[in-house]
Amino acid sequence: MTPPDTLKFSSQCQATNNFVVRFANTNGTGSASANNMFAKAILRMGIPVSAKNIFPSNIQGMPTWYEVRISEDNFLARRGGNSEIVVAMNAQSLKEDICSVACGGFLLYDSSRALTEDDIRADIQYLPIPISIICQKEYKDPRQRQLFKNVVYIGALAALLNIEFDVLKSLVADQFKGKDKLITPNIYALELGYQYANQHFTCPLSIKVERRDLINNRIMVDGNTATGLGAVYGGATVVGWYPITPSTSVIEKFSSYCDRLRIDPATGKKNYALVQAEDELAAIGIAIGAGWNGARAFTATSGPGISLMSEFLGLAYFAEIPVVLVNVQRAGPSTGMPTRTQQSDIIACAYASHGDTKHVLLFPQDPTECFEFSALAFDLADQLQTPIIIMSDLDLGMNDHLTEEFSWDDNKSYNLGKVLTAQQLDDIENYGRYKDSDGDGICYRTLPGTHPEKGAFFTRGTSRNEYAGYTEKSSDYVHNMERLLKKFDTASQIVPVPEINQGHKLAQIGLIYFGTSAHAIAETKTQLKDHGLAADTLRIRAFPFNDAVSEFINNHQLLFVIEQNRDGQMRSLLINEQEISPEKLSSIANCDGLPMTSTFIVQGVLDKLSGDYSAKQVS
Amino acid sequence: MSFIKSKFHHPRIPTNDLGLNYRDYEGSLSTLCAGCGHDAITSAVVQACFELSVPPHQVAKMSGIGCSSKSPNYFLNKAHGFNSVHGRMPSVATGANMANRDLIYLGMSGDGDSASIGLGQFSHVVRRQLNMLYMVANNGVYGLTKGQLAATADKGVTNKAGELSLFTDIDLCIMALQLGATFVARSFSGDKKQLVPLIKAAISHQGFAYIDIISPCVTFNNHKDSTRSYDYVHEHITTAAIADFVPMKKEITSDCASGEGEDICLHDGSLMRIRKIQDDYQTTDPMQAIVDIAKYKKKGEILTGLFYLDPTATHYHEINNTCDMPLNQLTQDALCPGSRVLTGINNSFR
Repeated sequence: MTPPDTLKFSSQCQATNNFVVRFANTNGTGSASANNMFAKAILRMGIPVSAKNIFPSNIQGMPTWYEVRISEDNFLARRGGNSEIVVAMNAQSLKEDICSVACGGFLLYDSSRALTEDDIRADIQYLPIPISIICQKEYKDPRQRQLFKNVVYIGALAALLNIEFDVLKSLVADQFKGKDKLITPNIYALELGYQYANQHFTCPLSIKVERRDLINNRIMVDGNTATGLGAVYGGATVVGWYPITPSTSVIEKFSSYCDRLRIDPATGKKNYALVQAEDELAAIGIAIGAGWNGARAFTATSGPGISLMSEFLGLAYFAEIPVVLVNVQRAGPSTGMPTRTQQSDIIACAYASHGDTKHVLLFPQDPTECFEFSALAFDLADQLQTPIIIMSDLDLGMNDHLTEEFSWDDNKSYNLGKVLTAQQLDDIENYGRYKDSDGDGICYRTLPGTHPEKGAFFTRGTSRNEYAGYTEKSSDYVHNMERLLKKFDTASQIVPVPEINQGHKLAQIGLIYFGTSAHAIAETKTQLKDHGLAADTLRIRAFPFNDAVSEFINNHQLLFVIEQNRDGQMRSLLINEQEISPEKLSSIANCDGLPMTSTFIVQGVLDKLSGDYSAKQVS
Repeated sequence: MSFIKSKFHHPRIPTNDLGLNYRDYEGSLSTLCAGCGHDAITSAVVQACFELSVPPHQVAKMSGIGCSSKSPNYFLNKAHGFNSVHGRMPSVATGANMANRDLIYLGMSGDGDSASIGLGQFSHVVRRQLNMLYMVANNGVYGLTKGQLAATADKGVTNKAGELSLFTDIDLCIMALQLGATFVARSFSGDKKQLVPLIKAAISHQGFAYIDIISPCVTFNNHKDSTRSYDYVHEHITTAAIADFVPMKKEITSDCASGEGEDICLHDGSLMRIRKIQDDYQTTDPMQAIVDIAKYKKKGEILTGLFYLDPTATHYHEINNTCDMPLNQLTQDALCPGSRVLTGINNSFR
């Protein structure tokens, strides 16, 4: 069945630099790198863009989607809803993909196989390109036939959407730098698509891009790369790790940067040790052993890895050992949806392990903060002698984000915390590992091998007195537990402060959010304004909470805690830790595994105002 | 039982090359049961470290959980110790070793800690070729929880409460041999003459050294039917060769005269001098060692001694090509690439 040539009715989508392109592919076909090239081309034309890779937990053969949002208003969260243009390359998901085209939008598809009658919608325009047939004719090698299909449709999109062809050519040159033989064939494939579209369709379409200069100093990068790089800058030398999606690339990026930046120039030897452990227990055990011995050490994990690491987190909390844990959250519980995003480990991490424990959490919103918090976490871990958990998520970690460029102050020195040298030990008469001599709950530690006579102690997960001696004396135990609480209070004064946005005259509504929900906030405020509503905002950047959080809550009448889980975990943590009355905080919680949208937040606010809010909706 | 450790020592107590005496290597007073095999191991570790003139603060004592894992508290008070979580000493020791390759890592574990909850970590630390001495005080029973059967208990024995061991025992020496340990030995806590030279050689060994030490539990596994009781072990222990450790700096005056045995030269120039009792004894073939262990076991005997030693062993840092300076001593200058490099990295994301 051949679809009609042009859309008969008049409501064709019209948009310049403000639309969504959705790619539907089969995973394992190399589509992600081609789609990424598409997003980057938009970036290089100076137009703000975001890309979400919605992929399965599978290596080959299952449906995968890639959503590119182009927004010169800088609204870079997932928009949600249907897309102005869908590139349908996967027969398995074709029906669903046709449905996902917005009314008046476009469907670019591989017409090598004819559509059925069911596939025809009257309210969209079809852009048939016989991509398989073209590639079959042009290439002999089956893998090339597959890979170049992706490049052909990117070429076609360039013509259809008015993307500058030279920008694509420069991207190909960058991508295959060092593998120069691949440049010409890729550009040829782009041209095949470009020419075909130009010859068969009216180009550009009514949705298109136009060059702007709106990027400034921003870069486009994923959060895991930023976190890995931050660990290099923060001075991490020992890593224990176990592969798990979506955290794996934190370590891979750390490793590849170390290959470049951490090789001793004189000897060619490594200034780091990366140990792939047998499981997550060992991964954090390695990081803790190294932290105990004075190296900056970390591990990264996701989902089940957090459960497995909990016992060790309790040890590091109680024995007071610096360690950094990067948690790239995914949808749980159990194996859950391993390739979907969530912020659902808040409670599990804040109180990880049995007994009374509390951990310091950092909540980066974008790759820039991933970089900064990753480096900062090592200072905080050393200062506080406790685990620091960086709460990233799959969307932040694995998707490319437009973000402020990374910066580093060369004058800033690492803060290694209270570690005694041999000389300092000589000057102390009566050293006690767990003596709070400064009144901030943080005691002085010593490292093995420091002093031949003084400062050695037995580190343990059992209760001990100020001199690290084993004790079951209630008063010693209570004294120690109270001191740990005091230390946690000290932590609240040195962790990143919340980001508050409010005018002199406070709005009635207060939105509390953290992490990747931040991307939807500017758009949310604009949409609320359309409804005649104003909102002040507070972005939580760390736990323990700073006093400013309670103040913000006290100053607002109608408060919403926006998060990406089912149970409103951050809301619970606020209620529990800041002694806030539960009715004061409403929950806007999305747990569908996809990045937060402004539509969902606005709907949550409106529903609450109209009194019929249901937490169970799906974005 | 005493509650306060005496600090008294003879004024002319011998000192080692560092000018330290035996008592400088001791730890806190043991809280283990009187007659516990583990205390004899403690005393062997103290003697070995003293005789080797190991600077006590250059040792890191690593352990998990259990009676055996409490032992590091009873030796080398001037060394830092880390009593971690149950079965996880190998990973903590790995991290510590990564951070500072210059210290001596003494791991102390038990059969529950290494053969049950920590079997995975045990296997992988062997495989990882960590430069450490890993000791297991093997008594076939859970002491701290009062007498349950351990995975190293022989099949068919009963514990003190009369419970029968129904399943095949795990032999950690065989596992270590199979997984590539480069120094593997078994000894008996009651045989200090054998144990001390083994510990000294294992400390001098640059690579992963494993010593399985039969260490009877006087309280829960010293009954008539036990195959880990003092009586049983004394009656059934056998050794294929006697090994003596000759340190690099000492002139060779060991019990066994030269020519009688075979010398194995260790990394630091020390010698392991072997006097064979069985003609077919060898230390060069780990697979043959496995066969020998099994052969004696079949006869109801416990074979002890040095099973395998690869004097050319390598270890994790050599394989990893880690820099010579301990990683925990690298300064910010060596670690942080700085803002100039970051500019280039930023440009790669445009």
